[in-house]
Parts: sequence; C-alpha cells; structure tokens
Amino acid sequence: MSFFDQTYDVIVVGGGHAGCEAAAAAANTGSSTLLVTMNLQNIAQMSCNPAMGGIAKGQIVREIDAMGGYSGIVSDRTAIQFKMLNKSKGPAMWSPRVQSDRMRFAEEWRLMLENTPNLDFYQEMVNGLLVIGDRVTGVRTSLGIEIKAKSVILTNGTFLNGLIHIGDKQFGGGRAGERNSTGITEQLINLGFDSGRMKTGTPPRVDGRSLDFSKMIEQPGDENPQKFSFSNVTKSLTNQRSCQMSYTSPEVHDLLREGFDRSPMFNGRIQSTGPRYCPSIEDKINRFADKDRHQLFVEPEGWNTIEYYVNGFSTSLPEEVQFKALRQVAGFENVKFFRPGYAIEYDYFPPTQLRHTLETKLVSGLYFAGQINGTTGYEEAASQGLVAGVNASLKVQEKDPFILKRDEAYIGVLVDDLITKGTKEPYRMFTSRAEYRTLLRQDNADSRLTPLSYAIGFAGEDRMRALDKKESEAQNLVDFFNNTSITPEEANPVLAEKGTTPMKQSDKMVKIFSRPQIDLDDMLSFNEVQDYVAEHNLDTEVLEQAEIRIKYSGYIAKEKANADKLQRLENIKIPDNFDYTKLKSLSYEAREKLTKIQPTTISQASRVSGVSPSDISVMLVYMGR
Amino acid sequence: MHIQDTIAALATAPGAGAIAVIRVSGANALDLVSSVFKAKSGKILKEQQSHTLHLGNIVDGNRIIDEALVSIFKGKRSYTGEPTVEISCHGSSYIQQEILQLLFRKGCRAAKAGEFTLRAFINGKMDLSQAEAVADLIASDNAGSHQIAMQQMRGGFSNEIAQLRQELLNFASLIELELDFAEEDVEFANREEFQSLISKITRVLKRLIDSFATGNVIKNGIPVAIVGEPNVGKSTLLNALLNEERAIVSDIAGTTRDTIEDEIAIGGIGFRFIDTAGIRETVDVIEGLGIKKTFEKISQAQVVLYLINSQAPSASGSSPKGRAFADLQLEIEKIKNRFPDKPLVLVANKMDHLNAEEQHTIHNQLSELIPEDSKSTVLLISAKTGTGVDELKEQLLQFVNTGALRNNETLVTNSRHYDSLLKALEEIEKVQVGIDAGLSGDLLAIDIREALYHFGEITGQVTNDELLGNIFANFCIGK
Repeated sequence: MSFFDQTYDVIVVGGGHAGCEAAAAAANTGSSTLLVTMNLQNIAQMSCNPAMGGIAKGQIVREIDAMGGYSGIVSDRTAIQFKMLNKSKGPAMWSPRVQSDRMRFAEEWRLMLENTPNLDFYQEMVNGLLVIGDRVTGVRTSLGIEIKAKSVILTNGTFLNGLIHIGDKQFGGGRAGERNSTGITEQLINLGFDSGRMKTGTPPRVDGRSLDFSKMIEQPGDENPQKFSFSNVTKSLTNQRSCQMSYTSPEVHDLLREGFDRSPMFNGRIQSTGPRYCPSIEDKINRFADKDRHQLFVEPEGWNTIEYYVNGFSTSLPEEVQFKALRQVAGFENVKFFRPGYAIEYDYFPPTQLRHTLETKLVSGLYFAGQINGTTGYEEAASQGLVAGVNASLKVQEKDPFILKRDEAYIGVLVDDLITKGTKEPYRMFTSRAEYRTLLRQDNADSRLTPLSYAIGFAGEDRMRALDKKESEAQNLVDFFNNTSITPEEANPVLAEKGTTPMKQSDKMVKIFSRPQIDLDDMLSFNEVQDYVAEHNLDTEVLEQAEIRIKYSGYIAKEKANADKLQRLENIKIPDNFDYTKLKSLSYEAREKLTKIQPTTISQASRVSGVSPSDISVMLVYMGR
Repeated sequence: MHIQDTIAALATAPGAGAIAVIRVSGANALDLVSSVFKAKSGKILKEQQSHTLHLGNIVDGNRIIDEALVSIFKGKRSYTGEPTVEISCHGSSYIQQEILQLLFRKGCRAAKAGEFTLRAFINGKMDLSQAEAVADLIASDNAGSHQIAMQQMRGGFSNEIAQLRQELLNFASLIELELDFAEEDVEFANREEFQSLISKITRVLKRLIDSFATGNVIKNGIPVAIVGEPNVGKSTLLNALLNEERAIVSDIAGTTRDTIEDEIAIGGIGFRFIDTAGIRETVDVIEGLGIKKTFEKISQAQVVLYLINSQAPSASGSSPKGRAFADLQLEIEKIKNRFPDKPLVLVANKMDHLNAEEQHTIHNQLSELIPEDSKSTVLLISAKTGTGVDELKEQLLQFVNTGALRNNETLVTNSRHYDSLLKALEEIEKVQVGIDAGLSGDLLAIDIREALYHFGEITGQVTNDELLGNIFANFCIGK
C-alpha cells in the first residue's frame, strides 16, 4: 500500500488562480481530482496587486462565475472596495473591479476548495510527468512518488525555472520567498515542445504607518457597490476601504535613472519579454521621457493589515534606488519597505501548441493553463484553469469538449487568440481583442454562459433559476417602460435639468428613457417607477439589464447581426490533418503557419497571423465553399 | 474547384481572324506545351528563359498542326501568377480547335469563364477591384471607359480607399487604446485630428459616390433621347450620327414605334442614342404606348434632342405640314416642366429647304421657345446633307461633364463598389453624429468597424465568400 493507489481522473499541478479554478471545475463536473502544489499554505496567492477585475478582466470574472467557477464568489467575499469602471461609457465598457483582502482571498479559496467534493490535496513539488507513448498517465514528485491520472493540468505560473532579479542581484525562485520548480520544462522539451522565457514584475510593498495620506488623493469605492457573483451566496459590500493616489515627479525620475546601469532590464541581463501593457516604472520614464509624472495608486492589502501595494511602481531596480526614489514621492517621505519590487523570468510554452480545450496537441490528456501559456493576470489564468479543468473532466468522461466561441465569451476570445495567434509578450485581455465586445458584457455573462455550463452539468439548478428570474423581471420592467405613459408635468423638470427638450404631451416612458441624456437614476426619480421597483423588489442587476435593453438595443442588434455573418465562416470546418502543402497557391508563410496551427474552421484560419484574405479565398475556393 | 491542374482556352475572340491566342496556365503549362512544340531553333521550350518568344510548329506526333509563336512565362511572373504559355497561332477556327483538343488530350482542362483572372486573384496578382477592372477593360469600347478601366486595374481607386482605410484603422486603434487604458493617465486619440479625418473621409466618399454617375455613364455610354414629331427625320439624324442604316426610315409618320438604341463614340466618349416615338397627343393605341415610353426614355437620358422640321412652324404660327407653333411651345414646356435640369437641344432639321433669311428667322423664333440658360440651345441642321451634324456633336460633348475624365480623376464605375461606398458613407455619417453627440468610444467603434469592413470589401482586405463567385462569373472564357 502506498500514498496513491488510486488513479485520479484529473491531477492539477499548481495552486494559483488557474490551478484552483481547474481543480474546482474538474471536481465539480464529477471527476476525481488531486491538487498538487509545492506549498498548500500558499494557494491562491495574489502575487501581484491585491485586486480582481478591471477593464475586460472584470467581464472574465463574471463569465467564470456565470459558469460555476469560484473566482467571483471568492472576490465578493474578500473585497474591501468595489468599483464599476467606465460607467460613463457604453455598457460594453462597464467593468467591475474590487480591491481584495489578500490574506482573506487566499483563505477563502482554500476553504471553498476544502468544501468541494471529489477533490484531494497533496503538498510536494512535481518535477516530472508520466508519459506512455503520446498519452500522459500521471506525475512524479520530487520524492519520487508516482501518482497515476488519466489527465494532468499544468498551472505552474512563474515557477518553472523562475529567476528573480533585483538590481544586479539574481536568484532562483518562483515568487518572493518561495523556491522555483525544475524538471518539467526539460522533460517537455524532450517530448518535443517549444518553450520560451517571459518576464514580469511587481512593485514594492510598504508599511502604511509610514505614509502620509494627507498628501495623497483619496480614491473611494462606488457609492452603491455591486458585486461579481450572479448567485445569492454573496452580498455586496456595506463598508469599504479607500485607496490613495499620488504622483511621481522629475526628481523621482532622476533618482530612478541613476540606477539604470544596474537595471537588469537595461543592462541586458533580462532578455525575455515583459508585458508592454503593464510596464515597470523605469520602462515608463524611459519610453515616455516627455512625461514628468506618473500616477501611483496606493492600495491597502486588506481590511486590517498595514501593508500597502504601490500600484504603478513595478520595478527591478536595485532596492536602495527604489527606496530613495519612492521617498521623493509626496506622502512617501518616510516610507518603510516591507519588501522591494522585483522582476521574475520564467519558462512558458507557446500556446499555439494547444487545442481549443487547452489540451496539448503533442501529448493526449495533458493540459496547460495560466502563465505557462504566456498570459498575465489572475483573471486570464483563472479562466484558463476553468476551461482546462472542465475539458479534462469531459474527456475522461468521454464527452464532447466544451469550447466557447469568440462571440460567446471573452474566455472564448482568450483561448482562440492564444492557440491561433500565440503570443510574444505576456497576453492580457482587452475589450478590443473581442470583435463583438457589445455582446460580451459583464451584465449578460449569465445569460450567455450559464445555460451552456448547465448543459454540461457544471453550473447548478440554482444558477439557472436565478437567471430565469432575472430575465423575466428585466423583460417585465422593459414592458413597463414601453407601456406606461408619463405626463409633461412630471417629466419636464427632470428633462430640463438634463438639458434635453421638454415634452409637449404625454408619451410612453421608453421615449424619454431612450434619450442619451437620461439615465436610470433619472427614471428612478419618477414615483411610478419607484413604486414598480419597490413592488417587484427589483435589484440593481435587473434595473441595469432593462436600462441596457432600452438604451443600447440598436448597437447590440447590429453586433449580433455581424456576429451571425461571421458564423458562416465558423461553420466551414477544415478536416483534421489537412495537407496545406498541396495548396501551392497559398503563400509560403500561410502554408507554414496553417500547418503548424491546424485551425479547425475557416474562420479560425483567417485569424492566423500571416494568413491573408486571399489565402482564405483560396481555401474557400478549394473547399468548394 | 481544382486550382492545381493546368487550364487552357482561347484568349482571343472566337471565330476566324488573322491570328488567335491560346492561353495555357498552371503548374504543367510549360511541360505540356513543350511536348507539342518543335522550335525552329531546335531548342527545348521548357528549358528556355522566362519572358521569351519562340517560333516553331505545334505538332501532334508527326503531324504539324500549325506554325506558331509561343511566349513563355515561368514561375509567378505571369498574368495568372503561375507558369503560363501563350500560343499565337493562325486564326482559323479549325486550327484553334485542333490545338485546344491536342492540349486537352495532353492533360489540360478547358478553362472556365474568368478562371485565368480568378487564378491571378488567388495568386495575389491583383485584388478584387483590379480583377473586376479587367472585365471592364475587356468590355471597354471607347476611350473614356478604357481610361477608367485602366486606371482601376492599376489599382488607383482601391489604393485610395486602402489608404483611407489605413488612416481610419490607425484612429480606431487609438480609440481602442483609450478604452482599454481608461484607468491610466495617457491620452491617445486627438479628437480634432479624428474630426478632420472623418471630414476628409466624408469628402472623398462623397466625391467617389458622385463620380459613379459620371463613371457609370462613361462606362455604359451617355444616354441621349431623340424626341420629336413623327417624320421630322429622327431616324435620318440617327443614321447621320451613326453613319449606318440602323433605324427604320420611311416617310410615313409614326414608323418608329419601338425605341431603338445605338452607341456612337464622339470625341472618345460613348453616347447611347435612344430613338423614341414622338409625344404628339394621339388616339392610336400603339403610338400612345410609344409616347409613354418616350417620357421614360427622357427620364433616363442625360440629354434630350428635340427634333423638329424647320419648315413646319411657319411665321403665321401654323403650317399645313406640321403643327401650330403654340403646340410646339406646349410640348417643350411639358418636357421642361418634368425635367427642368435636363439639357435640351432644340434641333431644327431639314434646314437645306430654307434660304439664309428663313434660317435666321426660324432660329430667332425657336430661341424664344426655350429657357435662357446654358442647358438649352437651338441648332439648325440637315440630317440628310450632314450640315450642322458636327456642331451637334460638339454641343453634346459640351453638355457632358468630361472634366473628371480629362483631369484623370478617380471614377467609380462598378456598382458593387458604389454599394460599398454608400454603406461606408452611411457608417461614417453615423460616426460623425456620434462625435457631435459626444458618444462614448466603444459605441463609435462599432460604426467605425463597420465602415472599415465596407472599405475592405472594395480593396479585398476582408474575405467575403459571397463576392468571390459573383465577380468571376462576369468574365468570358479565356480571361
């Protein structure tokens, strides 16, 4: 008898955002699952900023929640501040974001996972895969223990051959204070995988007692905070903590420049690519030399802790340079460091080696999720974990794969981008990556995804019931606005205040609600609306839903029509192992790329970089359209 | 469709001629023709350099079919972008067929309509609008339409659109950046520059859309309606312009029952002359139908030639042969009321029957019947002798705005392009409304993306599978 007689359906290696969602998704879809990680005390760490969501990322968290993942619930329960970003823009841009209590976040994840049936835990470093032929059959730990499994999901984050840089010092590590993981990269390369190096960084953490907040600008949360989860197991915040904002200055920049010769970014010690969209402070003052100040957000790491995160000051400069420069920032004159910022380099595997299920093309049953695929961000990682977890589980159960399309979810866009285009720098989600962002809103993630997830037995009955209730309440409210009249006497004061033309005679409420100047709050100022909302006990989600349906229906319909147009190309399937070399009229580059990516549809082929519209025309003609 | 095989077809017009050209294109084109060609020089055809010309015999075994000149295009440097051989043989139908049959036996396939150009497109030798221009070029039969087609084939028009599309795309990217980095203190899209770009695009689109009217009539011929009393010599005039007996000419009034069209090039511009029945009030059913048709034709025409018999309106106001002067005035008013902006030439025919004084008088009288503007004029001619016909031609040219052509401006002649331009303009106008209303970038972006799509339809930068089939269906075989 040994530790592990059982053959697991799914083994998840790594316990970060990707690993946790993967383990939960696999277990919750009925697969016996084991989560193996180097240190069970450190699961679900927020290694960088203590926040979830943001533009495009908040939509992803909503999507994860709508399908039955845990990130939304954990985020709601551990939030210290909620903001709906971009409320002044169209609904596609409305993006929920929370500041989190970092320690509570990790604890909540751990407790949620402990309460998940079918899920076992084991603490040890995995340094090898068991592979027979082209199938994965389990993992091997550093103690030499072999654990059998039908599928394995690797979510190694920054740990694979992780190398930390602070100034000219460098040392192996997976994260501040934790060792790195070795062995897996080398084995995967031997199995035929391509690998590369990426880089990311994080700012210093400081002692809040040493900061002078009177010199900073307070950044409070929303007056009426909402929440991530569509389920009723979480509540929105009643109490919030503010963040603070300060600015760098030319003096700060001068001090930072003094350390440039010892910066691993500038002296060539770090060769790998970092996230262009999340640059270090040295990168910012180097690239935007004409700007004499940059914003710094000072974010509390929890309800009670004195630790603060200095958002915007990510750096790998020598620690004393970081320290001297930060002391020049208003409010930081007496700052004490908890720890300096650092950069970390790690191995990743170009994600074009994956299928839409995140299973590797080379080794059956082996899945990758998170930073190992070249992405950055908790939300991006968590969503990949969910996709890999669900699909590993479905494959073991010999069911059809679960693939989200680009017009169904940001997660669909994310996976399709990764496997079709690959990525040369850490991949972060943006709303502009979605062709049909007006369809992929945070408010309708449930109506887009809960039914799909329910159909594969992942999202539960309760989520479907909640969705039905929301849908019918929203539709009834829209009908109410369509059918209820309002008099000029009642409406005109509000219309005047908003600078829009007064009504001459009574008209349906929808007529004034449709005006660009009029928003939901204006409508709620009318007694009849207030009464209706109170009588039916409608929540913010329902009100928001009705508002969007009334005010933005034209845009939504237009995008839907365009998405349907694309669908025709999506429906033209390319046979497995299609021989592109016989299509001599394709450009050489197109032949090479298509052979490598092996897209499954014409639509996907058209997104492969280096494939031109005329290449697609060739394929359409060849395939007999 | 197979695009691996080698295709062959007659590239010149079918039928007998001095020479005929057979085009062979595809991976095996050179091997194939090489196997049936014996060069006078004794050289092996397929071993020769690209873009060379060879004299020799086309042979079927030992039988010589014809002596021919063969040009070879190797690799991608050909019209189709694949190895191509063109055989210039003697132009008898028999020889053409013999050579084609021989090539088919050797493994060629008969090319389908437009297939050579389809291959050129697929091989990246031209974009969609260039491919379409090839069809127009082949069909062009006057200097104006030829010039437009040439310009379009060289990419002038789609280049202009592609450049606008790129500029708009750059701005769209800035707006996207602004949206995705809303939380960061960076400014991206300069609204003033954006506004000026949108204004510029609007201007260009409107110009191109307007040019469709000019472009289209130049391509199809400028329609000119010849209207007038029966038996005033409409058919004779038409014949004088056409220089051939086309319309039915007789002395019985009302012989020309149906409308007849013919085209003639004047000063390099195609004119489409539409002979119509007159518009005299009538009880004759057939002629009544003709009158209704006349008005339809006038509405489609760019210019109206109102033809009268110069002998008819007598000084006294009526004439036994013709009609009252007042009737004429009434009819001209009828036309002017319906089509106030349509250029009208009041042509008095049969001037050869009048002396100089009479000519002067009638000219003055007629001038009073028409409005005093640059769009109406009076001309005295004799269709029979040809006097004044050249002046009429001059006048027609003056009415037509040929400025665009002379200035070598871009003209849109293709209705698919016209359609895409209209759609693009519609979207750009929505963007403009959105800018004015201070609409959020994400909503502006929807209309911008749509406009980009329609631009891409013209330049072929988006794949539209529906279009593919349509475009190449307009070709005849061998093109």
